[in-house]
Amino acid sequence: MNWSSWLLWGFVSTVVLTSILAGSQGFGMTRMNIPYLLGTIFTPSRDKAKFIGFFLHFINGWIFSLIYVAAFQALQVATWWFGATIGFVHGVFVLTMALPVLPALHPRMANEQYGPTVVRQLEPPGFLGLHYGIRTPLTVLVAHVIFGIILGTFYVVK
Amino acid sequence: MAAAASKIQDYAIIGDGRSAALISKHGSLDWLCWPRFDSASIFGAIIDPRIGGRWSIHPVGDSQINRRYVDNTNVLETTFSHSSGTIVLTDFMAVTSEKEKTRQLWPEHELIRLIKCKAGEVRVVVEFDPRPDYGRTTPFIMDAGKLGWRVNIGKNLLNLRSEIKLGANTNAGLSASLTLKVGEALAFSLTFSGESPAVLTPLGDAVAEKLNLTTDWWRSWAAKSNYHGPYERSVIRSALVLKLLSYAPSGAIIAAPTTSLPERIAGDLNWDYRFAWLRDASFTVHALFGLGYKDDSEAFVDWLLHATRLTRPQLRVVYDVFGECPPRECELMQLRGYASSCPVRIGNAAIEQLQLDLYGEVVEAVSHFIGDDKRLDRDVQKMLQQCAEYVCEHWQEADNGIWEERDERRHYTHSLLMCWVALDRILKMHARGKVSGIPAQKYETERQRIREEIETRAWSTKLAAYVQAIGSEDLDASVLLLARHGFEEAFSQRMQQTHASIRNRLAPRRGLLHRNQQSKDRHEGAFALCSFWEVDFLARCGNRSEAHEIFRAALAYANDVGLFAEEIDPKNGDALGNFPQGFTHLGVINAALALRESESVTDSSGS
Repeated sequence: MNWSSWLLWGFVSTVVLTSILAGSQGFGMTRMNIPYLLGTIFTPSRDKAKFIGFFLHFINGWIFSLIYVAAFQALQVATWWFGATIGFVHGVFVLTMALPVLPALHPRMANEQYGPTVVRQLEPPGFLGLHYGIRTPLTVLVAHVIFGIILGTFYVVK
Repeated sequence: MAAAASKIQDYAIIGDGRSAALISKHGSLDWLCWPRFDSASIFGAIIDPRIGGRWSIHPVGDSQINRRYVDNTNVLETTFSHSSGTIVLTDFMAVTSEKEKTRQLWPEHELIRLIKCKAGEVRVVVEFDPRPDYGRTTPFIMDAGKLGWRVNIGKNLLNLRSEIKLGANTNAGLSASLTLKVGEALAFSLTFSGESPAVLTPLGDAVAEKLNLTTDWWRSWAAKSNYHGPYERSVIRSALVLKLLSYAPSGAIIAAPTTSLPERIAGDLNWDYRFAWLRDASFTVHALFGLGYKDDSEAFVDWLLHATRLTRPQLRVVYDVFGECPPRECELMQLRGYASSCPVRIGNAAIEQLQLDLYGEVVEAVSHFIGDDKRLDRDVQKMLQQCAEYVCEHWQEADNGIWEERDERRHYTHSLLMCWVALDRILKMHARGKVSGIPAQKYETERQRIREEIETRAWSTKLAAYVQAIGSEDLDASVLLLARHGFEEAFSQRMQQTHASIRNRLAPRRGLLHRNQQSKDRHEGAFALCSFWEVDFLARCGNRSEAHEIFRAALAYANDVGLFAEEIDPKNGDALGNFPQGFTHLGVINAALALRESESVTDSSGS
């Protein structure tokens, strides 16, 4: 395991992933704001939530990059296409598994069976995150594939 | 079996905060879309009694019919008094608190119909004929024995449980005929499942428990209202209707639960209203907040901020419940339409329109919502500034206006008013320290330019009134809102003259107003909301006795259970347009709040 390489490229890939997701929101491609989603687990304040969520997302990205790196080490191969493949699987997992179960874990998120009581105020992501815009799946997949490409290209296998 | 459709005012609504059903006073469930308001209909006899599908429960032969909602609930009770006895049909969608739902398995959607014989004995007929996908499908109904009857609709399952055996009809659907004697009761439960395995609900005592839970939930919600005074029943009923039009998972509020109920019988003014219009935003927040429904108004504002995220700085006229673009408008040629009013349309072409009033609606909604005690985060401040900048750049453009006219665009007075409101409210929030970093001087200049435009070019000396649009000689009831939004005092000479002109030319009867000259010429009905704007206007100019008189006259056009459509036929008082209409019920609430406010002002100045 090349710890210094992981620390460096895990950091870089997470910066790029976060930037792509934030940028796609800024350009109106999706309403999904991962730092806000994560931060509101801890606080209803929009500004504080984004701040807390930003750090959480960063730590998450770093931890997830460890799994990529473990795969590179296990197979003794780290290439852009292998990283992209893991990134694609990761993105699909986020869209089909992580986002749909989020309403069950998030204390301030509704699910589609809620009602008529209005008790939580974040909209559920829905299948593939489509409730946050029809281009949400695309942005999530592209961001994760690029995340994987960076790790696969620059991580040095030991 | 296909009887003619009932009149629009013969319907009542039940729902669960995500979907709604319409049931006629003859006991026929003629409209139901699951899982969402804007899903394809499963029962749609209201827009085509021939193939739309219905679920009717009624006594054989003529009977006298009385309906009511169980007090302060959305549980509907229809009493059929027959020569041989009396039966009561209770209809509701099961609802309860989220806490209770964690205690027991709860179906995604459940509609319960319960018949009880209260006196004598009555022969009852039950006909169950679902036609999913707007009547395009005649489904196979599978008899699953004790599990009920099952209908597969795509990947979803519709399951009917009954305490009696139903027989298959020769052409389609199920039916039964039976005699109920005094004290006997019969329950049906229809559930919808999008996920497997489906939750199969028991009948018997479980139905009684669900009725209690549902009644309790609605009563506890209604009890949160702070409105106590005249017209309380109408105000609470309107609030309960708004709650039925709310989509709880997102906080969106749709305009109406139906599509293509006509604004002119046998005409083509038939639109799909199962979406959320930004046009209603400030009225919605004012009504919910004014009644004390803080959670609901917060949820609505959250939806507003979230829904508009993708299109800012431009705002769309209409969004679906999750803030997406509604589907493109199309016509369902297989359906005859309500009373041969075709085409039946789904989707809404208003998505392609330009309405400059939306910016004022959104800024006003946020401004009203935050009041003096809440603070705005940076994202919302940025959004408000984007709205103001858009207004500065575009207020001189022609648009489609509040009534979404589909012919040429005009410089509507109401749109100009709301552009003025957008700049006025952001400047006031800036003065209160709620918004920072805005070019206040620029906004003040543009606000003044809009004021001058309205005062000089939207005023007609010939009509002695503010007119519909710059250079127009037509009247429009929406200019009464100049007073409501604080542009001009209601008791000013100009507003008094405007009101008099509108009353003279647009009021077909006491308590009714056409929205504008064009709609009157097109022989549309009177626009119910405009009556309540007039009440609001009269309350603001201190003419409370006339305000009460108009209010009472307008409320008399509600149906027997207090529901309003979009329009009222001045000739016979029949309801026209989609039903029930949220915009009209918002008008009822806001007019009552304006009266309460005017009376509290008088009381405090008197003391």
